[in-house]
Amino acid sequence: MTDEIAAPAKRTFGGKLLIAVPYLWLLIFFLAPFLIVFKISLSQVAIAIPPYIPTFDLAEGWQAFTDNLAELSLENYLWLTEDALYWKSYVSSVIIAGISTMLTLLIGYPIAYGMARSPRAWRPTLLMLVILPFWTSFLIRVYAWIGILKNEGLLNQFLLMLGLIDEPLVILNTNIAVYIGIVYSYLPFLVLPLYASLERLDGSLLEAAEDLGSPPWKAFWQITVPLSLPGVIAGCFLVFIPAVGEFVIPDLLGGSDTLMIGKTLWVEFFNNRDWPVSSAVAVILILILVIPIVLFQNQQQKMSEADG
Amino acid sequence: MTRGPTWFNITSLVLGFSFLYLPIVLLVIYSFNASRLVTVWGGFSTKWYASLLQNEQLLDAAWVTIRVAFTSATIATVLGTLAALVLVRSGRFIGRSLFSGMIFAPLVMPEVILGLSLLLLFVAMDQARGFWTVMLAHTTFAMCYVAVVVQSRLVGFDKSMEEAAEDLGCPPVKTFFLITLPIIFPGVIAGWMLAFTLSLDDLVIASFTTGPGATTLPMKIYSQVRLGVTPEINAVCTILVAVVTVGVIAASLVTKRQQAQRERDERAAFGADLA
Repeated sequence: MTDEIAAPAKRTFGGKLLIAVPYLWLLIFFLAPFLIVFKISLSQVAIAIPPYIPTFDLAEGWQAFTDNLAELSLENYLWLTEDALYWKSYVSSVIIAGISTMLTLLIGYPIAYGMARSPRAWRPTLLMLVILPFWTSFLIRVYAWIGILKNEGLLNQFLLMLGLIDEPLVILNTNIAVYIGIVYSYLPFLVLPLYASLERLDGSLLEAAEDLGSPPWKAFWQITVPLSLPGVIAGCFLVFIPAVGEFVIPDLLGGSDTLMIGKTLWVEFFNNRDWPVSSAVAVILILILVIPIVLFQNQQQKMSEADG
Repeated sequence: MTRGPTWFNITSLVLGFSFLYLPIVLLVIYSFNASRLVTVWGGFSTKWYASLLQNEQLLDAAWVTIRVAFTSATIATVLGTLAALVLVRSGRFIGRSLFSGMIFAPLVMPEVILGLSLLLLFVAMDQARGFWTVMLAHTTFAMCYVAVVVQSRLVGFDKSMEEAAEDLGCPPVKTFFLITLPIIFPGVIAGWMLAFTLSLDDLVIASFTTGPGATTLPMKIYSQVRLGVTPEINAVCTILVAVVTVGVIAASLVTKRQQAQRERDERAAFGADLA
């Protein structure tokens, strides 16, 4: 992909403009906001509009600017370490996201494997069937589970009818409902990269293993699994990273004791109106996610280089 | 892998797809439930759809959402296509890794962070919040998805036609519109549709960046869902699902036909050359 590298000196004005437009847009609307979040996380909450001090006004001159700078403090971060709610939310988000990622992998692997082993003619349709739910509203798909998991919901009605249970199972508003919601919502993200790497797998390797007398399960463990690992890793990152900061699923399906940091941030911001503390919560969340995000990007880079 | 499917494969596909589709199917079925009790079947009825048409707030929210989605998807498609061209064609330049980082990070960044940070930017810029701020926010995260979709199209692209045009003295802009754009067009369309549905769907970023008078449909649905499941919400959701499904299937059929047509044209052109 990057084989033919144009020498920067030869770049025309048009070429520079091509780079500048999307670059500037992302600098203003993606990078700059993070710097602002960081700055406000060092500010103090105030009853004002906007509800924090100091606000920087460049019109007040350099002196005012440096004075304001001196007012910034790490107080909000200290607060995060003092109140157990916050670190408990971080830990429980990572645990819930981790368990959900494992469950998604357990459910997604057989699906991706089945798709890759299906006749060639079926594959575009199967692929379309995996992608289609991804296009339908996330909110709607989460909402659909409320009607199923409720105490008097469809799942309980069904199980009672079959006589498998005597009284309704309490699933909605528990962590189990959150796992179901995350697995359901993020399943296509895991199946797609996994299917891509399984489909590319060279069938002759498996045939060779079989010819040499390797039982199918052993061939699966020694050939299929290692070769599909890039897809597994990419898929797991695509589930895990957004799941850590998930808000809609824990809010609608989880209970009051389901602690997730996305929900904590939302409550801090909208209910308590404490912008500095919610900014500090966001900064720490970014720091937690930076490592998986960088790992994910490096892996994507490697995969696209392998393709090219 | 070309060996045939086993019973295990077929079972896992059937179970997997049932899991993916059953909740949506049930939601659609229960939107036609005559009973007010959402989980008790009381006969077939379309009355909830009729009552939607009376609900002005919901219709207003739907109209805001469509306008936001249309505008942001269009701008995001232009910016995202430019970004994809930069990623694939511009080679090395200063800050390239920062650029590709800014394209890929929003894909996985939790929405609460994107929403909060954009809101604080708009506050710092002293920008009144409403339609425009939601639109700008949606444009920003959607352009990254467009860039990724178009990029994958650009990577598997035969550069020789572009090079031929340039050798024959065609200026770069003209080459782009006459050769590059038609070839990557299915990717561009797919990118636009993805941007449109992402915007249509977004609750979190819109909640942070919106202001008075710009309540979007997901925000409206969310505030009602918190009060419980209602047949009206089932009906709204069914309409949204139907629109998106029809749109996606139609688009995939159109691009498939276009691609087949283009391949035929190319073969015909090469055939004419040889003759």
